[in-house]
Order: sequence, then structure tokens, then C-alpha cells
Amino acid sequence: MASNDTTKHGQHHQEAFPWKHIIGFLLSLVLTFGSLWFVLGSHLPSQAVISAIVILAVFQAMIQLFLFMHLTETFGPNYQQFLIFFAFFIAFTVVAGSIWIMAFKSYVA
Amino acid sequence: MAYSMEADMEHDHHIDTSKPMEYSTEDGSLKIFGFWVFLGSDLVLFSCLFTMYILLFRNTAGSFTSQQLFDYPTFLSETFLLLTSSFTCGLATYSMRRGMKNATIAWLIVTVLLGLGFIGFEVSEFTKYVSMGATMHTSAFLSAFFTLVGTHGCHVSLGILWLTSIIIQVAMRGLNPVTTRKIFIAGLYWHFLDVAWIFIFTVVYFMGKVL
Repeated sequence: MASNDTTKHGQHHQEAFPWKHIIGFLLSLVLTFGSLWFVLGSHLPSQAVISAIVILAVFQAMIQLFLFMHLTETFGPNYQQFLIFFAFFIAFTVVAGSIWIMAFKSYVA
Repeated sequence: MAYSMEADMEHDHHIDTSKPMEYSTEDGSLKIFGFWVFLGSDLVLFSCLFTMYILLFRNTAGSFTSQQLFDYPTFLSETFLLLTSSFTCGLATYSMRRGMKNATIAWLIVTVLLGLGFIGFEVSEFTKYVSMGATMHTSAFLSAFFTLVGTHGCHVSLGILWLTSIIIQVAMRGLNPVTTRKIFIAGLYWHFLDVAWIFIFTVVYFMGKVL
């Protein structure tokens, strides 16, 4: 993301038209309708549909983070980007690790 | 360098005009970073609620399943309302950066109205489920569902009150380093709620229809 170039100079050099936001919004709509199509329109097996919609969700979350929240924008050390990636790592570990470990519950019970 | 030793030596109210207004004081920069830390912890909170939902959603106790309960028009309306509100909130931050006070207020009002529409749909959805007999006490699936989606709904409700108070402050005091920082932070919060909702409509609603 090349957000640094446009924002380093502060508010005096803000883009004249909010292209980033409009592109982000249109892409979000496309991805949402994409998920809807995978669920309703495609007749793929359910595992394939789930993989597809999760991937689309990750892309849509990235649009919010990079195009709307300007995660990479920085006016000093860019600590927040590392922090958010670390939080996503923890979140992924909690979700995926729990699903994985609970797959063994039939052996334990 | 807002965090450097030199900045500490300088006067507390030093304003760096090379940066956008919300970052122009050290206080503003630090509060924005602090809010990113909160968002990181909120993300981990939601990950625990998602884990609980994913592990429990098949435990319907012979009662309602996700297939029977969820209907497309309701959750798609909620999705598009929140997605559009995230976009209009981005436009509010954009207008703020360009120093356009009235446009900022107008986009924030649109954001709040879309947020209220979202909450309206969610309240009617929850009321419908409860009137059908699908309450938090019915099954593990529904306990996890109401906890996860309800926590998100609480966040949105809080965001509506927060944005409303900021609209009043901007109307009264205009755009200054304090109010712009508040708009920017509330904007981050609002976009983050959309990030959480993206995973709710994928994991809860769409997967509930597929599995």
C-alpha cells in the first residue's frame, strides 16, 4: 500500500477525490455478492464453499484495514501494523487451534 | 517523530503542522496508538467468541438449527447497512482531513443513521427468534449465537452513542486537534466493527446455511 506518499505531507495534500474509499466500497460489494453466489449459486461441495467464502472474508477484512483504516499510514514508528498482525496471529491460533484440538474429543471421551 | 526524546523535551502543546491535525500533537498520536492496542485486544475477544460458536453450533439440543432460523433478507440487509456505514464513516474521516466541517458532520450523521438501521434489523431478528421459542436458554448453539452476535450488536450500539456525542462536539467546537483525534479514533472503531461483521456473516450466517 502506497499510503505513505500521499499522507506524509499532511492534510494540505489530501487526494482531491476519495478514490481509495470508493474502490474499497465497490470491492467489498463485489466480495459480498461473491460469497452469496458461492452459497446460493454454485453447486460445489460444502467444504469447497466454506473455503471460498472464508478466503473472500479475509480479503474483505484486508480492504477495511488497508483502504479504510489506513493501517500502513504512519507519522512515526509504525507499531500499530505489527500489533494488529500479532493480534490476528493470536486470533487465528485460538480459533484454528481449538477446532483442531476438539477434533480429538472422541478419543478422549 | 512523535515518540522521540526530542519531542518529549518540547512543549506539551507543540503542534506539528506537517502532519494531519489528529496526529499533530504528541497526545493525539499516543491516543491513536493506544486505540490500536484496544482494537488488537478486542480482536482477540471476538476470536474467543467465534471459537465458542464454531465448536457449539451443531449442539442444537433437538431444537432450532441454523438452517431453520436464519433468513437471507434479514442478514443481507444488516450486512449492506453496516458495509455502507463503514464507507460513509471513511468519507467522514476523509472530509475531516480536508478541513470540511459540515461535510464531516453530514457523513457522520449518515453513518449513525445506517448504524441505527442495522440495530433495528438485529433487534427485530432477535425478537423474532425469541418469540419463536429460540432463546439463549434453548441450546448451546443459541447461547453461542446470541453471545457472539449480541456482543457485536453491543459494540455497534455503543458506537452509535459515541459518534453522536462526537457529532455534537464537532458542531460546537469545530475541527481542532482534539475533535479530529476523536473522529479518527471513533472511525477506526466503526471500521473494526465492520471487520468483525464480515466474519459474522461468513462464519455464522453463510456457513449456517451451507452446513
